[in-house]
Amino acid sequence: MGTYLTKRIIYMIVILFAASFLIFSLYALTPGDFISSNIKLSPERKAELREIYGLSKPLLERYGIWMNNVFHGDFGFSLAQQQPVLKLFNQYIWNSFLLAVISTFLTWVIAVIIGVVSAYKQYSWFDTIVMVAIFAAMSIPSFFIGLFLIKILAVDLKWLPPGGMLTTGSNATGWAYIKEVIHHMTLPVIVMTLLGVGSLTRYFRSNMIDVIKQDYIRTARAKGLKEDKVLFRHALRNALLPAITLVGFELPALFGGSIIIEKIFNWPGIGQLYMQSFSLRDYPLLMGFTMLLAILTVIGTLLSDVLYHIADPRVRLH
Amino acid sequence: MAIHSTPVTDAVPAAKTTPKSSSLFKQSMRRLLRNKLAIFGLAVVVIMFIACFLGPVFSPYADNKIHMNVMNKAPSMKHWLGTDALGRDVLTRVLQAGRISLTVGLASMFLSVFIGALLGAIAGYYRGIVDQIIMRIADLLLTIPGLPLLFIFGALLSEWKVPTNYRMYIVMLMLGLVNWPGLARMVRGQMLSLREREFMQAAVVLGLRDRRKLFNHLLPNIVPLLIVIATLNIGGSILSESVLSFFGLGVMPPTPTWGNMIDAANNLIDFQEHPWLWIPPGFSIFITVIAINIFGDGLRDVLDPKQKR
Amino acid sequence: MKDLIKIDHLRTHFFSDKNVVKAVNDVSLRVREGETVCVVGESGCGKSVTAMSIMGLIEEPGGKVVGGSIEFDGRDLLKLSKNELRTIRGNDISMIFQEPMSSLNPVLKIGQQIMEPLIVHQKLSKKEARARAIELIEQVGISRAEQIADSYPHELSGGMLQRIMIAIAISCGPKLLIADEPTTALDVTIQAQILDMLREFKKKSNMSMMLITHDLGVVAEMADYVVVMYAGKVVEEGEVVKLFESPKHPYTQGLLKSKPIINQRQDELYSIPGQVPNPLDLTDSCYFHDRCAHCMDICRTKQPVLKGVADQQKAACWLYEEAVVHV
Repeated sequence: MGTYLTKRIIYMIVILFAASFLIFSLYALTPGDFISSNIKLSPERKAELREIYGLSKPLLERYGIWMNNVFHGDFGFSLAQQQPVLKLFNQYIWNSFLLAVISTFLTWVIAVIIGVVSAYKQYSWFDTIVMVAIFAAMSIPSFFIGLFLIKILAVDLKWLPPGGMLTTGSNATGWAYIKEVIHHMTLPVIVMTLLGVGSLTRYFRSNMIDVIKQDYIRTARAKGLKEDKVLFRHALRNALLPAITLVGFELPALFGGSIIIEKIFNWPGIGQLYMQSFSLRDYPLLMGFTMLLAILTVIGTLLSDVLYHIADPRVRLH
Repeated sequence: MAIHSTPVTDAVPAAKTTPKSSSLFKQSMRRLLRNKLAIFGLAVVVIMFIACFLGPVFSPYADNKIHMNVMNKAPSMKHWLGTDALGRDVLTRVLQAGRISLTVGLASMFLSVFIGALLGAIAGYYRGIVDQIIMRIADLLLTIPGLPLLFIFGALLSEWKVPTNYRMYIVMLMLGLVNWPGLARMVRGQMLSLREREFMQAAVVLGLRDRRKLFNHLLPNIVPLLIVIATLNIGGSILSESVLSFFGLGVMPPTPTWGNMIDAANNLIDFQEHPWLWIPPGFSIFITVIAINIFGDGLRDVLDPKQKR
Repeated sequence: MKDLIKIDHLRTHFFSDKNVVKAVNDVSLRVREGETVCVVGESGCGKSVTAMSIMGLIEEPGGKVVGGSIEFDGRDLLKLSKNELRTIRGNDISMIFQEPMSSLNPVLKIGQQIMEPLIVHQKLSKKEARARAIELIEQVGISRAEQIADSYPHELSGGMLQRIMIAIAISCGPKLLIADEPTTALDVTIQAQILDMLREFKKKSNMSMMLITHDLGVVAEMADYVVVMYAGKVVEEGEVVKLFESPKHPYTQGLLKSKPIINQRQDELYSIPGQVPNPLDLTDSCYFHDRCAHCMDICRTKQPVLKGVADQQKAACWLYEEAVVHV
């Protein structure tokens, strides 16, 4: 396990280096930048600014400077917001995290319960309905369902606010503030849960179906255990085990925000920040964000592996 | 226990019918036909294709002429799904958009399956350094999140001023390029396990050449898996294309796609007052993708029963 | 001796798309108090399905007990509610299986798995159950019981796991123990130990045992009474010594002949010609007719019924039907 882990971490670092170079080159390759898209500046002023921000240097040198700064914990300076990228991330990431953590939690709870029940009642009408619902949830275009629900629930029925995190001009504090955030959060959370719940339910359903066929489930029944004990103590534990690897894969989604959902619901999260910066060609921020996601992805994969080793008693000792 | 009964029942039809080369295929098709949900999915997909590719031919509004006198009209007997800001018939536009969306979905699927299967098979077959290079590239691409990557590509297209009627082809290329690594991984995994199987050992003993082994013996064995992946991949590609086009980074008007038609919802008035402009293309995406997914799942049950869902 | 369990005309079928497999087709057998009955037959003959029918563990949809009765201690198990049956399972009737390696839950500790039936049926507290579990582990001849109770199944060998399965099975002092090929998956030396242990527990607690096996060596060693099954039916049954001395049904004769005997080396080991019939195209005939050396016309068209052919011995074969003229 020790040498395995070291190997994995070294490989992880190499991949991240390669990814950073790729990300940098891609953004550097993209024509146009924050300065040239600003029509108010004179050509001389533009050249001057480019010099200041180091944009006129050759690609490799710029990459070297960027990487050096990244190593010193500096992801650069957002040109559009005139603030350090990391400071901006810190400001927006928690809003993203709030949405993601609640919807992820709901997704898992719903997926486990429905997955278990429909596996147990395989081929029943309930199971058939669940299967169709799973396909439906997996086939919805995320941006469309967001728009559709805003139109119905917010615009037509006026039950929920159409977007944002607070009502415009609100200075609510304390409980009132929390209530307002929850009110605004409901719709995006519903949509994110809906989008995630399909594939996860399907995953748990098929895991459960496999587990229920195992010999040890027959033993548990032969012991005279109650069905709920058989299902939740004996079967679910085994079905959840491989799912632990998924926890790691959720990492980028938890902190990386959802570009589409945050854009549609005007949620002040990091995905929305990305979209704004994208139209402004604010490269330091864009690179920082993409790099952040890459780091989260790599760490998540490693975490999955480690978690699996910890969770499975069969693997633990070896 | 059912253990005793099931293998016997399974073995019986196989033993009865003569093991001709097509019998396995025929058997699979027979089993597929029994899966009503999957057949329903297939029927919906076929109807969608026919409607999109033939429908506009029978539409009196297929010329897309601008009619200022019927701007933004709600659905009526004359215009079943209403008209848009230029007085064009929305139903006809949705069907025309479907042509593009379906074509992009299919083409990018073919591209990613082709690249993914080829590289995955080569990596899994030759192993060693070739495998290392291919899989490291795949790992690298999988590390960079897909959506920002697509956005960058999309932005490149805009900056390079690619003519709008070419953008469609480049979007296909983009989606194909972003999707292959996952596929290559899966195919490689299959190849590695197939390599170890007896019939492959036999091919080695017989001294068959590499290319023959690869193309005659290994690839046919992953075809069922590929068909399943390819089918499900179309749905994913249609969804990705719609996201890109919705954000103005994919196929752009005047070429209509379902995604860029929903872009109407970005206009507050159209969003609130003219829902017939953006809801029908959204539902078209939804219905098409769900039908493809249901059919693909039925195919998987038939062609690749071992594969975990 | 009193009958402990009496199975009458049991029929358990499996349904697939169009076909029905009659896995257990009109089987009657009984186990008396303190008796060991061995059910013998090739794989797929319905012996395990019979056991699972008793336990009420035939998996639905697909399988279903479609007829007959299973009387246990004066009650018809087939008429009990699911909950009533559950209180009997693992308590009055318990079962051990063929594959010890996969029969225990990989993610639960051994101790926990032994404690479960004690908590459910005997209403012991967790603490009491654990103490009892450790006693049981010692009883099945495993030292370091405390340590074993805290280990996971993958840390033990197959023989040890089968001992644990026995510990679970005897934990609530069952009246009937069903053992489905309990030694098939184990090494020969371990097999003898496991069989000895089963015999010892049986003697100590006067429980009855239904032992399912295809190994005639095991039968000779363990059985008081033998039931031979073929293609879902009982073809012969009888007291063990008599049945081994003079088997009546040609199938039983074949089975006994195919067992190698020490000191009597043959050039070629005997095996019954042909194959078990496909359960899907069974016709109204003796199911053994196409493999039988004594096959007569009537065997192809009519099914023989189980009848007494000698003292304490029954067979279902036209050879012993008086109305039929022997060739």
